[in-house]
Amino acid sequence: MIFEISIFLILLLIGYISGTLIEKRHYKSIREREEELKALPTTTHKRPLYEEDIKSCKLVNGSVVISIDYFKKFLASLINFFGGNISSYETLIDRARREAILRLKEDAKDASEIINLRIETSSITKNTKNSVGAVEVLAFGTAIYR
Amino acid sequence: MLITNIEYIPNREIIEHFGIVSGSTVRAKHVGRDMMAGFKNIFGGELKGYTELLTESREEAMDRMIAQAQSLGANAILNVRFSTSSVAAGASELYVYGTAVVIR
Repeated sequence: MIFEISIFLILLLIGYISGTLIEKRHYKSIREREEELKALPTTTHKRPLYEEDIKSCKLVNGSVVISIDYFKKFLASLINFFGGNISSYETLIDRARREAILRLKEDAKDASEIINLRIETSSITKNTKNSVGAVEVLAFGTAIYR
Repeated sequence: MLITNIEYIPNREIIEHFGIVSGSTVRAKHVGRDMMAGFKNIFGGELKGYTELLTESREEAMDRMIAQAQSLGANAILNVRFSTSSVAAGASELYVYGTAVVIR
């Protein structure tokens, strides 16, 4: 009994420390790369800004799977009991979406713009036993080359 | 083969429609990767194995869609959509569909 509780507490502590570290590092890299790729316009419009001298267009995509940590999972199940905002899941999905868009932009660095951007989110491991809490985000759009 | 997710191709003319073309794959990860993912679930962070796997299977689904379009004699696929669903424990289905056309 004491053994089980101490394992649980150790897992919580490990999850908290490594989860916070990884999230901080990830947000830092996301901000840096967003700054770098700011010049490439990305819109959800169906038509390009102007149609003159378009050489070609191509489907581009970026995807990422991000997992939750043990501490957040526990926190979420607690909040689930009382009700309210599960902010730990919000940051997880936010990170995944921004990462997917960044990967899409990196895939089409020399494009002049990206139009009709769509984002799809799915939890790939929903129905598994002892499930892995992870989300997959796919961003896709059409890159226009001039 | 031109592939886009917009409804036309700028400065080109659509001369023939072939209707819907699609491709799908169902893939499961092997046990080692599942265990690693379970392990990663304690620490948090990106599951690189899963990202790779999904990218690979999406490419395969795209290849199947392209093969179908080529067999119809199309030279472009417009308005492409993706969808992902988990059909069974540990396996996910990736489905890609679009409209095959001939452009000039």
